[in-house]
Amino acid sequence: MTFDIAAILAVDGIASGAIYALVAIGTVLLFSVTRVMFVPFGDLAAFTALTLAALDDGKTPGTVNLVIALAVLAFAMEALALVRAGKMKMLPRAALFYLVIPIAVALAVRLLAPATPPLPVRLIMALALIVPVAPLLDRIVFRPVADAPVLVLLIIAVALHFALVGLGLLFFGPEGVRTQPLTSWSTEILGAMVSGQTVCIVIAAVALSALLYVGFEFTLTGKALRATSSNRTGARLMGVRPARAGTIAYVLSSILAGVSGLLIAPVNTIFYDSGFLIGLKAFVGAIIGGLHSYPGAAIGAVIVGLLESFASFASSSLKDVIVFSVLVPILVWRSLVSVHIEEEDEE
Amino acid sequence: MSALLTLDKISVSYGRIQAVREVSVSIEPGQIVTIIGPNGAGKTTLMLAAIGLLASSGAMRYLGEDLAGVDVEARVERGMCLVPERRELFHDMNVEDNLTLGAYSRRAKAEIGRDLDDVFDRFPRLKERRRQLAGTLSGGERQMLALGRALMAKPRLLLLDEPSLGLAPLIVREIFKTIASLRSLGISILLVEQNARAALETADVGYVLETGQVTQQGAASELIGDPKLIAAYLGGH
Repeated sequence: MTFDIAAILAVDGIASGAIYALVAIGTVLLFSVTRVMFVPFGDLAAFTALTLAALDDGKTPGTVNLVIALAVLAFAMEALALVRAGKMKMLPRAALFYLVIPIAVALAVRLLAPATPPLPVRLIMALALIVPVAPLLDRIVFRPVADAPVLVLLIIAVALHFALVGLGLLFFGPEGVRTQPLTSWSTEILGAMVSGQTVCIVIAAVALSALLYVGFEFTLTGKALRATSSNRTGARLMGVRPARAGTIAYVLSSILAGVSGLLIAPVNTIFYDSGFLIGLKAFVGAIIGGLHSYPGAAIGAVIVGLLESFASFASSSLKDVIVFSVLVPILVWRSLVSVHIEEEDEE
Repeated sequence: MSALLTLDKISVSYGRIQAVREVSVSIEPGQIVTIIGPNGAGKTTLMLAAIGLLASSGAMRYLGEDLAGVDVEARVERGMCLVPERRELFHDMNVEDNLTLGAYSRRAKAEIGRDLDDVFDRFPRLKERRRQLAGTLSGGERQMLALGRALMAKPRLLLLDEPSLGLAPLIVREIFKTIASLRSLGISILLVEQNARAALETADVGYVLETGQVTQQGAASELIGDPKLIAAYLGGH
């Protein structure tokens, strides 16, 4: 391997690593706040890519109907729960968040789609459409079992992933898509060609991570999210509702998943079931970082990206095998060095 | 004067085992009420039920309002605040962030800075350690942080569960001094303690809880002179 090839592979690896990093950070965020290992996270990224592709063609994306269906179901469940608890006063608020806002977004996209608005608008439309999906799924699937053990939540998340892949086939069809790059500009760094898309990916990953850091460190809501992941009972005793913290975590991580979907769409061909591999590689990154550290997850994800890139040069058919084989020694190393994290932390 | 909090025939069960049986307790505004009793009498269970972390039967009224169907977070918003036996601090967050979160339920961001200064005046040790992670504090500092965090919520009614548990005698004295001083802030306190003497010296009214039931109640000054109680709980001190 010459230096030139190594440089090209490194650039490639960093680009896909940055995408995995966004998904990995979202995975860690959701796991620490809600205790849900949200397996369908990669599916959200893939659905965003598929949504953007449909919008590029001036078609109404399948996500519109998906969001409307989820909104109706989520509101029905919330309304039933509120009526049973005799809290009718909270119905209008629930209707606004679970029904009106998601459906308004879906209808706006449906209305705008045939006109094929310019690319930045299409990006925002795709993102706006994907963000309500996970919070609605949370209300439908996880809220009724919020106090279940982590393992039960994980099993439900796996089942949800398979359900979503099925829905993906239904709403988006079996064809793969690849969208236009965000820019055709490119430059040369250390003799390696670096595309504008790669630069966009890295900038987006760094900017979103920085935004999250600022939010977690300096806002009361951010601190409430950290508190919920640190000690749920303690947070409740301060008036922080875990369900509400969970919804915020789902919205934030959906934005991360959505952006990674928008960024990966021009790089890889995305099918309705491509999300699983993205999510799994991000998960490996998050594991390398120890599953509770955001910088750790980001670094782990970049390592996975680099590994994948160099592995594909060595043997393209074995690249996934190589990436996932690394998980075994890492898990062994992790279980040896790190202190076991109990579900409830002890004094 | 109407009571701030009344617990009327409260029972709590863990499965088939009834930990608290028809306990009735009442706290007037401005009062310090203590519940003393041996280990396993159901004191902590009663506190968790009062804040809404455990389901209970019987009736609870706070400021004249029935607390049935009012969840923990809503009770906190109404001015109840529990400092639990396990403290439940945010160990991987620093002291200042822990305190700031105490004010979460008040939605009064503008006042947080001033209230932080008040807490730091009360507990100068916390000010020295404001950037330190809560998990690295000593036992006494953790209790101060738990108390300070609760004060940031500006509670009307403070529920204190074993604030002296596992602390050195000198720090216990300091904690009880702090509790007594909260009276001047107009905070009413329900205090659960194994350290019966210190609790009765601080409180206005005392209840004795044994195997889930109230066996004795009265003015703290009377209880502290009761020969039977002295033999059972106060002898060793």
